[in-house]
Amino acid sequence: MTPRRQRMVGTGLVMAGVALAAVLALRAFQENLMFFYSPTDVIAGSAAEGTRFRLGGLVIDGSLRRETGSMEVRFDVTDTENTMTVVYAGVLPDLFREGQGVIANGYLQADGSFRADEVLAKHDEEYMPPEVARMLEERGHPVGSGTAAIEK
Amino acid sequence: MTPEIGQLCLILALCVAAIQSVLPVAGAQFGNPAWIAVARPAAVTQLLFIALAFICLSWAFVENDFSVLYVATNSNSELPLMFRLAAVWGAHEGSLLLWVLILAIWTSAVALLSRTLPDVVVAQVLGVMGMINLGFLLFILFTSNPFERLFPVPLDGNDLNPLLQDPALIIHPPMLYTGYVGFSVAFAFAVAAMLSGRLDQQWARWARPWTTTAWLFLTVGIALGSWWAYYELGWGGWWFWDPVENASFMPWLAGTALIHSLAVTEKRGLFKSSTLLLAIGTFSLSLLGTFLVRSGVLVSVHAFASDPARGLFILIFLAVVVGGALSLYAWRARSLETSVGFSPVSRETFLLLNSILLVAATGLILFGTLAPLIAEAMNLGKISVGAPYFEFVFPIVMVPLLLVLGVGMHSVWRSTDASLLARRLRWPAAIAVLVGISLPWFAWGEAGLLTVIGSIIGLTTGAWVIGSVLLNPIARLRGKGPRLTRSMIGMHLAHLGIGMTVIGITVTSSFNIEIDQRIAPGETVTVGGYAFRFDGLEEIAGANYEAVRGTFTVSRGDREIAKMIPEKRVYRVQTSAMTEAGIDVGWTRDLFVALGEPLGDGSWSVRIQYKPMIRFIWLGALVMALGGLVAVSDRRYRSRYPVADKSPDQPTDLATA
Repeated sequence: MTPRRQRMVGTGLVMAGVALAAVLALRAFQENLMFFYSPTDVIAGSAAEGTRFRLGGLVIDGSLRRETGSMEVRFDVTDTENTMTVVYAGVLPDLFREGQGVIANGYLQADGSFRADEVLAKHDEEYMPPEVARMLEERGHPVGSGTAAIEK
Repeated sequence: MTPEIGQLCLILALCVAAIQSVLPVAGAQFGNPAWIAVARPAAVTQLLFIALAFICLSWAFVENDFSVLYVATNSNSELPLMFRLAAVWGAHEGSLLLWVLILAIWTSAVALLSRTLPDVVVAQVLGVMGMINLGFLLFILFTSNPFERLFPVPLDGNDLNPLLQDPALIIHPPMLYTGYVGFSVAFAFAVAAMLSGRLDQQWARWARPWTTTAWLFLTVGIALGSWWAYYELGWGGWWFWDPVENASFMPWLAGTALIHSLAVTEKRGLFKSSTLLLAIGTFSLSLLGTFLVRSGVLVSVHAFASDPARGLFILIFLAVVVGGALSLYAWRARSLETSVGFSPVSRETFLLLNSILLVAATGLILFGTLAPLIAEAMNLGKISVGAPYFEFVFPIVMVPLLLVLGVGMHSVWRSTDASLLARRLRWPAAIAVLVGISLPWFAWGEAGLLTVIGSIIGLTTGAWVIGSVLLNPIARLRGKGPRLTRSMIGMHLAHLGIGMTVIGITVTSSFNIEIDQRIAPGETVTVGGYAFRFDGLEEIAGANYEAVRGTFTVSRGDREIAKMIPEKRVYRVQTSAMTEAGIDVGWTRDLFVALGEPLGDGSWSVRIQYKPMIRFIWLGALVMALGGLVAVSDRRYRSRYPVADKSPDQPTDLATA
């Protein structure tokens, strides 16, 4: 092969590789993309049944319930307008608490409840997942500032 | 008084930084030796003031001075002293102070350890680093002052986040920041090269040890973070593709590419543009990481309370630094490039592929990390990109990279005989395939088809890298082959570490067993051939927490292997629960038990895991870092080279490849 041909073949191979990688990456991206919805969005029909999405909101005080001896828990998540029940069979994170913000990954079940395979409640006690905080603000319930907790 | 002294020190440091970023650079440009001479003393003075400020803040923590807002928010009189000191960098303001302290240390290190460099270069490098620190000091003073007072003074503090009350926190952020910030040296060298128009092999030799040192700290920092997440976040995951983890991983990937590109620039005087771009890119990614963490724009376990003003400031700063450096590049880079030929099968080609693939991996991660931001800005809805995206695309790039690595190590500069290469590498290749196919079978038995394919690819790749690394040392033992210099030994070690980490990741992800299970005292659960018996619970009290401690006896066959004592802690001040997992550590596997919640009838939900070879992930990272350390200690970085060397493109010592 002449050097010129060699270069052309080389460049062609690299470009083919890049194209293939880009296609695979975009597919993986699309498949693993999850939208964030509030209970109101879900009730408005944003989330198709069976597709995975993230549900966010506040856990209603006193709504956590489990049958004695069962791994499965249920709790209600609200955006102050609408409420959904989340069903989860697993170990809840340490920072999960009633009255606080939470994000659950999972899908909508036929009975209108949300089946979560992952529940996220993170970091410090004032922590509010940014999406949940923004959602609450949009509904006119701003969350307190970061330093409020010391004055209690 | 102390906090005010601290604040004053920061303001003085700001003034010094301003002088340091203007005078030496101007002096270098206009040839004024007096201005150039300002650089070194300014760097050291700046370090002095910032260190004083840092000591002042630490003192406020030691003394429990809750009139300082930052102390009141992040400490408590019950908090043990060791954690009070670590709490200095436990939240936003203090961690930024640590950032500038480390940058000042790097700057002074360059000032003091650069006797072999021409003063003009030193002035430019220190000037650029001064500009960066100027930006960060402004950021601290205007948006994130750690010395802000609180009135009325609370009786006690709000305590440090319990997640952070851990020995690893004491070293993880400093290590990580040392790495992150250390890339500013490479960045400053790149800017200096563009300003002066001097980018020769000597330049690359100056920049290399600094870059490698930053890289090795970042490697250790990332590994520590992963290890900490594994045992302290409580649930046995060691990497979550969380935005903040990605933020530290992207500079690492780009920095790895930079190290290799620098090698080509030093040995062959080639790839100058890509070296410059990688130096700019690596540090920009470090800054981007800081922006992502500090602005709170992304959902992350690390996101502190968000503050739009902070995000905006860093975004502007980022635009100025990256934009400035790239404009300079556009203006000057063409005049620096030299062209020297090399054949398609040569070390140059393999190192070029290495850079391309590492940059591709960085790009894919960057895309996945920023996609939620882009979608939100374009009003496409609130999205998140799950870990499976990263787990899928990352290996697509990494597997070819590691295959290339094995070949590239044995190629030589300019032109390599392909058939010779194939002959040398046939044994490692054969052994790698054999290991990849047989090991999963023998060691871990059955698994799903996809898992088996994944583990075969991963193990073959890892074994291939290790086999290729071992060729030279084995030849050496048999009295053949070239003597290995320190920088070659370092290279071999780092690649050995990569191979170990790849094997650890492959085996852990493929054959890890994880179950969430209800268990009552006296009952036994069997996981991966290990029987876990739940013996019971007791209540204990720690320094600033109360805890329930479970006892599990683990046995295999008739033999008792370990007692494990996972805890569920409740910290008194923040009343937050913390899971302390029980972990039985081993070379070939970890056993992991974490308490969930009581289920009401005396039984508990627990998570039990069997994690084969997980230690290799972090052990490999440590070996990589050790490799970096050995490479940096190479003699040629310490020897004094003629300062006036102006013959750029004469390959000096090809023998020490």
